[in-house]
Amino acid sequence: MDENVHVIERYERAWIVFGLGMIAVFIVLIGYLMIANRGTIPISAGRVDATQVRSAGDFANPRVEQVGNEYVVYVQAFAFGYLPTEIRVKAGRKVTFNITSPDAQHGFQIERTNINPQVIPGEVVQVSHVFRTPGEYRIICNEYCGIGHANMVSKIIVEP
Amino acid sequence: MAVRTLSQMDAYAGAPEKKYTLYMLMLGFIALMVGTLFGPLQSFNYGGLDLYPFLKPVFQNYYQGLTLHGVLNAIIFTQLFGQAIMVYLPARELGLRPNMTLAWVSFWMALIGLLIAALPLLANAASVLYTFYPPLKAHWAFYLGAALFVLSSYVSIYLALEMWARWRKAHPGQITPLVTYMSVTYWLMWLLASLGLVVEVALFLIPWSLGLLDGVDPLLMRTLFWYTGHPIVYFWLLPAYALAYTTLPRLAGGKLISDPLARLVFLLFLLFSVPVGFHHQFADPGIAPYWKFIHTILTMMVAVPSLITAFTIAASLENAGRNNGGKGLLGWIAALPWNNPTVLAFLLGFLAFIPGGAGGIVNASFNLNQNIHNTVWIPGHFHLQVGTLVTMAAMGTAFWLVPHLTGKPLVARGMALASQWLWFIGMFIMTFALHWMGFLYAVPRRSHIAGSPIAMEAYRESAAWMVLNIVAGVILLIAAILFFYVLYATALQSRREPSQVMAEVPFTEVLSKAEGSSLAQLTERVWFWFGIALLLVVLAYGPVLFQMFTHMNPVPGVRLW
Repeated sequence: MDENVHVIERYERAWIVFGLGMIAVFIVLIGYLMIANRGTIPISAGRVDATQVRSAGDFANPRVEQVGNEYVVYVQAFAFGYLPTEIRVKAGRKVTFNITSPDAQHGFQIERTNINPQVIPGEVVQVSHVFRTPGEYRIICNEYCGIGHANMVSKIIVEP
Repeated sequence: MAVRTLSQMDAYAGAPEKKYTLYMLMLGFIALMVGTLFGPLQSFNYGGLDLYPFLKPVFQNYYQGLTLHGVLNAIIFTQLFGQAIMVYLPARELGLRPNMTLAWVSFWMALIGLLIAALPLLANAASVLYTFYPPLKAHWAFYLGAALFVLSSYVSIYLALEMWARWRKAHPGQITPLVTYMSVTYWLMWLLASLGLVVEVALFLIPWSLGLLDGVDPLLMRTLFWYTGHPIVYFWLLPAYALAYTTLPRLAGGKLISDPLARLVFLLFLLFSVPVGFHHQFADPGIAPYWKFIHTILTMMVAVPSLITAFTIAASLENAGRNNGGKGLLGWIAALPWNNPTVLAFLLGFLAFIPGGAGGIVNASFNLNQNIHNTVWIPGHFHLQVGTLVTMAAMGTAFWLVPHLTGKPLVARGMALASQWLWFIGMFIMTFALHWMGFLYAVPRRSHIAGSPIAMEAYRESAAWMVLNIVAGVILLIAAILFFYVLYATALQSRREPSQVMAEVPFTEVLSKAEGSSLAQLTERVWFWFGIALLLVVLAYGPVLFQMFTHMNPVPGVRLW
């Protein structure tokens, strides 16, 4: 075995090349998906004063707004729940969520979708999604926010 | 009593660094033991079984326990193990003694920092988890103690670099010996990596918790945290790698395949460990998607040294197996010394690292991350990495290192073997369940679901997987009891064998040596590569951090536990 060391090194080089090739393929796929799934990638939609979120501006009035054929939703994620408490939209239309928090950081994961942004006080995070299948989707807080974290579950109702 | 004191003096007389190493190691294992106690309770929680009401007078809630679990296991234990191994191994390899005064300074800084941080943790005044994201605001003593603890590692950086400089002065023109090379690149990587955390804690969190600042910018704090938060996992991992490269082949009965490739691996970690932190912030607003994509590519690059490691370690083990008489395609595996608890721990740890690494590449893949971010998939992933490989490497190493340091022979070898098998099986079952629960049912991490009827109703479809968590919790509890019995029974016995004290560190021989290798010559220019690493960090972080520092949006702190 000891005398085969150069053979081993040749195999190792092949393995490294294979590994790099695999990584190159992954990067291309990620780049493609990044363009194809653009709306699900969380982006910034401005900043707010976290201490004013409850009393002034869009988030003091959390709501679902219909704009043409699309929806714009303003969500307040607070300890320990979401406002509006129930979101209703129609299937097949684009829904854009703007979310912020008046207190700690929270999560906003919509099960069975790619929507999973971090909600950070002072920042407004924006994601969008088209719900194809009608039904109920849970919204789950997946960022530890205090003693009531596990109770922080809400829902979106997608009507046909 | 007098006789015992005498023999204790003798054990360390020629090598006081042994005593320092033993203290670091044992303090780390005490932290691991206390932190691990909460592990099974958390497993039961993810099985829907809530035992926290019974802890009430001592521990107030799930999140206090979870904070202790994360801080003690992932921060305290891992750093102390690094400080023990990555100072002691080069000292032995070079035959030099580290500056003992400073070595003890680092120990006392770590111990005092730990105690200061422990007080608010135990008083439920810092239940902010080990990531302590603002605006959750802990007691000032938590940040201060943590800072002192982390700064202790800066003394270790000095200890390692000073020994290296002393050796180079005495051996001009020679290539740095392998373990020392690993130690030097490791500590330089940590020097660069720790800056984010140091700035976050020293400039913002300590003044904020003392009331000198009204608020901090949570996005900037997250960014500074993850600047350190990713490389810190390589800071945990690399002592295990150093041991796997330089002791495991020998312990298994073979030789390391290639010295220059081992250097390349550590060099790649020096270069790529730090400029990748946005892969922890894929879900964050305020960082443009193209920056996240750049960090995705760099994160993929940092998988390369582990791919190389997979080959080198596997080939070295095959070398060992064939030396031991193993034949055929798989015969060498059976010929490995599975009855050696150290070798067993590494073999099982690396086995767990295969799915662990695969999950890591998934997490790094920007879009895929949206499916599993902040679900229990993530703890499933990192319990294969740090909870299995790193921890098992440490436990396995303790089986020879504690006898080596103290002269006290290992007791209950059968229990040592059983502890490793059970730890591996328990972790495998638990991480399997967590991956599926996170991926299929969006079960969130860091959540006291067993204490919440709303949560138990929401995740009831994953009930079948939850059962596995309970099974794993029981297995892991037994594994921990066995391991800590072996550890303390070995360290606290009065029997000493002179042959153990005199034994050398089982450094391996290598097949392909550094001398005459152009790759080894290239990697030897450590300061040049450190400059490149620094440049990469400035390029990958500079513009975003500049923007964040000049546009801060501070928010006040909250205590919600």
